[in-house]
Amino acid sequence: MEKLILRRVDRNNEEMILNFGPQHPSTHGVINFIVETDGEVLRRAVPDVGYLHRSIEKIGEGTGYHGFMPFTDRIDYVAAMFPNEGYATAVERLCKIEVPRRAQYLRAISCELARIASHLISVGTMAMDIGAFTPMLHGVRERETINDLIEALCGARLTYNYHRIGGVAYDLPEGWKEKTLAFLDHFDKFLVEFDRLLSFNEIYIRRLANVAVIPAKDAIDFGLVGPNLRGSGVDWDVRRDLPYGAYPDFEFEVPVGRGFRGTSGDCYDRYYCRVLEMGQSSRIVRQALLQLPEGDIMAPKVARNLKPEAGEALSRVESARGEMAFYVVSDGTNKAYRVRARTGSFTAMGIIEQASQGLMIADLVALIASLDVVAPEIDR
Amino acid sequence: MTTNEIHERLKARFGDDVGAPTETKGDPWLPVKRERLVEVCRFLKETPGLDFDFCEDLTAVDWPKRSVIEVVVHLLSYQHKHALKLKVEADRAAPVVDSLEGVWKTANWFEREVYDLFGVTFTHHPDLRRIMLPDDWVGFPLRKDYEEAGGWHGIDNVRENPLVELKRLDDAARAEAAKNAPPPPPAPAAPPAAPAPTAKS
Repeated sequence: MEKLILRRVDRNNEEMILNFGPQHPSTHGVINFIVETDGEVLRRAVPDVGYLHRSIEKIGEGTGYHGFMPFTDRIDYVAAMFPNEGYATAVERLCKIEVPRRAQYLRAISCELARIASHLISVGTMAMDIGAFTPMLHGVRERETINDLIEALCGARLTYNYHRIGGVAYDLPEGWKEKTLAFLDHFDKFLVEFDRLLSFNEIYIRRLANVAVIPAKDAIDFGLVGPNLRGSGVDWDVRRDLPYGAYPDFEFEVPVGRGFRGTSGDCYDRYYCRVLEMGQSSRIVRQALLQLPEGDIMAPKVARNLKPEAGEALSRVESARGEMAFYVVSDGTNKAYRVRARTGSFTAMGIIEQASQGLMIADLVALIASLDVVAPEIDR
Repeated sequence: MTTNEIHERLKARFGDDVGAPTETKGDPWLPVKRERLVEVCRFLKETPGLDFDFCEDLTAVDWPKRSVIEVVVHLLSYQHKHALKLKVEADRAAPVVDSLEGVWKTANWFEREVYDLFGVTFTHHPDLRRIMLPDDWVGFPLRKDYEEAGGWHGIDNVRENPLVELKRLDDAARAEAAKNAPPPPPAPAAPPAAPAPTAKS
């Protein structure tokens, strides 16, 4: 790697080549950036990923269909509900399994709670990378309550393994609904407070507005998804535009970056889209809890030894880091022939080499934080 | 637009180089002749009415029985909300496909990943290096006949079951204890045998 990078660098100028990572507090996991700088100004930053590659796609070919579910948690451990849901949806499409209504609602509830938890970490650590430590603690404090709620729901705080092919593993425990509604009341107030504390803070805005602008055209071309795409002003959300599960039943808005404090597509837009999205997720959870239908939580007669007919299916879910697609190929045996996870972080890393050109080194930190990459989701 | 309608458009332009949609279980897909892939993709991206601006995924599937590696491209149009799946077959012995990097920038990293894990070479790719694995890794892990080399630069990639290790420690401790223990006191005399039950009661 080092040799290849060095060969491509023009050595005549007074350039420095630095390793930014793999062990660095602002890279959000084990990622290396090989940074070419001219003083404080970046020529470019070339991401060097793969430190956390576990070949999860290969593991998926060895376990049975049901057995792969716990491994999907490890694709994105900050919001593990989404790979769960994406994989389950793909296999259900392959086997033509109809998921009961109540299970779809429970999936939506658990996923939106996970989205709030993930965004809290994202905006909190972003503030920390910029230099404000306190908002991170506020974010983690609220996330703790969500972790408690999800632990009561499925017994795990991080790698949930909650969804099943054909439904979900457990129904709501007693009193959970009231507790969650009470938390959401508190959370809506917290968001207002968080805005006052951080989002509308003049120092923070100046630090992020107009930094690392990604135009909409580039965002689409480089395959950015989720809040990163919407931050650039592209109005697209899989939950609304290609609806799946229970989402057609809910009313919610899709926040789109329009240059809240600077240019559309800057770091602040990506950040603020996430803050607004948390409010919308809270709305969805509230609606889902109030409209929750009665019924089964698992489809009847899902075989233990699942053998889909030969074929293939693709599922798309809107994860906290944008569209997550699972592509599952079956050859008619009880093991998947190929499992492919398309994740938002992977493509988000692809744009860094271009977007980092001409930034200050300190702004690279803001760019990485605003893209909200999670290292295991890049490497899988 | 459905896949069939898109196929009509493509057929009018490219003839038989784009095959008919296959009606498998799940989503239909279009087989594309390898030499025409870039042209077809550029047409799909730039033609009004099709507007496939988003290259959603680019991956591969290894089929040793047919001796091909399929490169699978998922496309999506934000404007029209329609999706399309293309498949290209490459010879498994020396898989070569033209790079789509010039059409969608996101193909750059996807192709690097496919090169890394399947060994498909993408011609005209600007920066075709391994992405997940180290540069001197041998083999392509997602191929079906991949065998692990058993480590990399002295780093072992197999590990003993930790329970085996625990059991060995346990056995060693037990043997040690048995060796150091004082000889057991002489066994007490056997208790008198119980009176034999009466034959019939």
